[in-house]
Amino acid sequence: MTLDLRNVTKRVGANLHIKETSLTLETGHFNVLLGETGSGKTSLIKLMAGLDPLASGQILMDGEDVSKLNTQKRNISLVHQFFINYPHMTVFDNIASPLKVAGMAKSEIQGRVEEAADILQLRPMLHRRPHELSGGQQQRTALARAIAKESRAVFLDEPLANLDYKLREELRDQLPELFAGRGAVVVYATSEPEEALLLGGMTALMHDGHVTQFGPTAEIYRKPANVISADVFSDPPINIGEITKQGNEAVLNGHARWPLEGEAAALPDGPYTVAIRPNRVLPRRTSTANVRLTGTVLVTELSGSESSAHFHFGDRNWVSLSAGVFPFEVGQEQEFFMEPAHCHYFGADGNRVA
Amino acid sequence: MAKITLSNLRHSYYPDPKGPDDYALKMIDLDWNDGGAYALLGPSGCGKSTLLNIISGLLVPSEGRILFDDKDVTELAPTERNIAQVFQFPVIYDTMSVRDNLAFPLRNRGVDETMVARRVAEIAEMLEVTDILDRKAAALSPDNKQKVSMGRGLVRENVNVVMFDEPLTVIDPHLKWKLRSKLKELHQRVRATMIYVTHDQTEALTFADQVVVMQDGEIVQIGTPVELFERPAHTFVGHFIGSPGMNILPCETQGGAAMFRGKQVALEGEIVPGDGTRTEIGVRPEFVTLAESGIEAVVRKISDVGRHIVVETLIGEDRVAAIVKENAPEKGETVHLNFRPDRTRLYRDGWLATTAGEAAQ
Repeated sequence: MTLDLRNVTKRVGANLHIKETSLTLETGHFNVLLGETGSGKTSLIKLMAGLDPLASGQILMDGEDVSKLNTQKRNISLVHQFFINYPHMTVFDNIASPLKVAGMAKSEIQGRVEEAADILQLRPMLHRRPHELSGGQQQRTALARAIAKESRAVFLDEPLANLDYKLREELRDQLPELFAGRGAVVVYATSEPEEALLLGGMTALMHDGHVTQFGPTAEIYRKPANVISADVFSDPPINIGEITKQGNEAVLNGHARWPLEGEAAALPDGPYTVAIRPNRVLPRRTSTANVRLTGTVLVTELSGSESSAHFHFGDRNWVSLSAGVFPFEVGQEQEFFMEPAHCHYFGADGNRVA
Repeated sequence: MAKITLSNLRHSYYPDPKGPDDYALKMIDLDWNDGGAYALLGPSGCGKSTLLNIISGLLVPSEGRILFDDKDVTELAPTERNIAQVFQFPVIYDTMSVRDNLAFPLRNRGVDETMVARRVAEIAEMLEVTDILDRKAAALSPDNKQKVSMGRGLVRENVNVVMFDEPLTVIDPHLKWKLRSKLKELHQRVRATMIYVTHDQTEALTFADQVVVMQDGEIVQIGTPVELFERPAHTFVGHFIGSPGMNILPCETQGGAAMFRGKQVALEGEIVPGDGTRTEIGVRPEFVTLAESGIEAVVRKISDVGRHIVVETLIGEDRVAAIVKENAPEKGETVHLNFRPDRTRLYRDGWLATTAGEAAQ
C-alpha cells in the first residue's frame, strides 16, 4: 500500500491549518508524524482519514484518487489518544464491530478477533466490558480493533499519551511488531522525539502546519535539514548559537573559537547558526578537539542515570546532558566541553549548509 | 512551611476492611522535612492519589495521623490546613487577567494591596510572565496557563506545603522541560515544602531531592534519585525507574554464589542470609556490556535513541537489555554479555539481598 499526499492543504476560515504538503507514505515501517501540539499532526491525519475535506490537492491510495471518498469507503482505522470503545459491548464485540459492519461471516470474525486478542493479550478479557478494564487494556482493545480490521491504512494519533510511563514503554516496544507484515500503511503521531526514535521507520517533522523534513528517522535526527527541524527533533532542546566564520575558524559569541573542517571549512566567511545537541556538551573533557565553554549553572537535574545542567553562556541558555552523576553546583561557574565534530551549521535562510 | 509527618497511616475505601487487600494504603509512616522537594512516584492505582488527598484533607484516613510541624491536622478540613495545590489541568479564571489570577489567593485571604502587588510582581518575575500580566488568561498558551496555575500555588508565602498533582501531564515535551526546570529553580529560590505526585519517573527524579516509590498501597523505597537508580531496594523500583528498566533474571543460589543458567554470576557483595524462594539477579542496562566472551545472547532488537543505542537481547527466554554508545550489533546476531560485578545484585522474593560492595558506597 502507498498513501500519497499531493499538495494538500486544509483551511479553517481564513487560516491555512495545513500548508501545502506532499508526502508519500508506505507500508512495511512506521510513518511517524512528530511535532508539538498545534503543529498540524491531527489535522493531517483527519485529511488522510477523510474526516475533514481538503482545501486543495489530492490524496491517493495505491494510485487511486480517494480525495472525495468518505471515511468508510477509504477502509482505514483510527486510534485516538483517548481510548474509544463502545461501553455497552464486550471486548469481543468491540473488536468485532467493524468486521460485522463489513458483513464478514461469523466464523471468520471469531478467528480474526481471537488472533488480535492473542497478539494484544486480551484473550482472558474478551467477555468483559470496557469499564472493567484498566486504561492500558482499554487502549489495547482499541488497537486490537484496528488490527482485526485489516484496513489499508491505520492512523494512530498519540495512542499512548494517556497511559502510564511503563505501560507506554511496553506497548511502544510491541507496536511495530503488531503491524509488521499486515500490509497497512501505519501513521503514528507523537509529540515526543524519543518515541519517534524508538519507533524508527520514517519520520515527518511538523511545525506550524507543514512538514519541515521527511526521511528515515535516525537519518533526519543525525542530519537536520534546517534549524526548525533540529529544534523539533530534540529533547532536551538542542543548543543554538550564532557564529561568525572567519577563514578556517568558527567564532561563537566572541567567546569560543574552533577550527572548521570539511564542508563547513569551504563555506564563505560570514554569519551562520550553529546547533549542537546537549549530549555533545559535557562537563568533562572527552578529546583534545573539545571546545571549552564556561558558563554559570542555572538549574540542574539528576535522574540517576543522567545529569543535566542549564547554563548561561554568551547571551543564551545552553543545556548539557551527560551519562552518570555529575555534582553541578547552581550559581557556580562551570566548564563545559563541546565536540565541534557534532555541530550542525545553517545559513541565513535556516537551511543546513554543513 | 512545615515539616510533615505521616504516622501509621492506613486507608480503606471499605467500611469494614477484612485483609490487607482491602486497603488502598497499607501502612505509611514517614517524615518530610521543612523546605524539601519530594515526589510520590508510582503507577496508576498505587495509592499515591489517596495519600495526596489525605494530606490535603479531602480524605480522612481510616487509621493513623497526619501532623504539620507536630500539630495534628488529621481531622482538619482542607481550608484549615493552609496548603496550596496545583492540578493536572490548569485552574485559572479565564475572564481575569494574569495579574488578577495570581492575586486571587492573596485577596481571598484579605492580604493588603501593597503586599499583593509585591508578591504578584515577585512570582511573575520568577515565572517570566511579567510581560503578560495584563493579558486575559483565556488568551494564553497551554504552558503559560499552567505557569499561571503554578504561580497561584506559589504566591502565598506562609503555606505549609505546595502539592503538585501530575502538573505536566498535559504539557508538550519541549515545554515540559522548560516548566520542569522552572519549578526546580523556584524550589531552589523559595525553599517551600513541595510534594510532587506523578507516574512519570523523569519528572519525579528531576524534581525531587527525595522520591517515595509506591506500589499496591505500600512504600517500596524512599531515596534520592541516585540511590533509586543505583541500588534499587526492590525489583519493582529497578524496573519502574530507568528506561529501559533494570534487567531482572531468574537465578539459583549455591553455596553463596548466584548461578544463572548453570554459570556463576559475580555479585556486588555477599548474599544476605534469609528465607524466601524466588531469587533473581538485577543489573541495569547501563552496566551490561558487549564483549568477546561472556553470557551468550541473541540480539532481538536495536533502538537508536540518538544519545545512545539500546540493544535488546534474548538469553533463551530471558530478556536482557544493554546500553551502548556506538558499534551496535545487528538484529539476530549472537553476542556475549558482561555484567559489571559491582552493579550486579541479588534479589530474594523481590527484595535486595546482597551487601553493598565497596564501589557502591
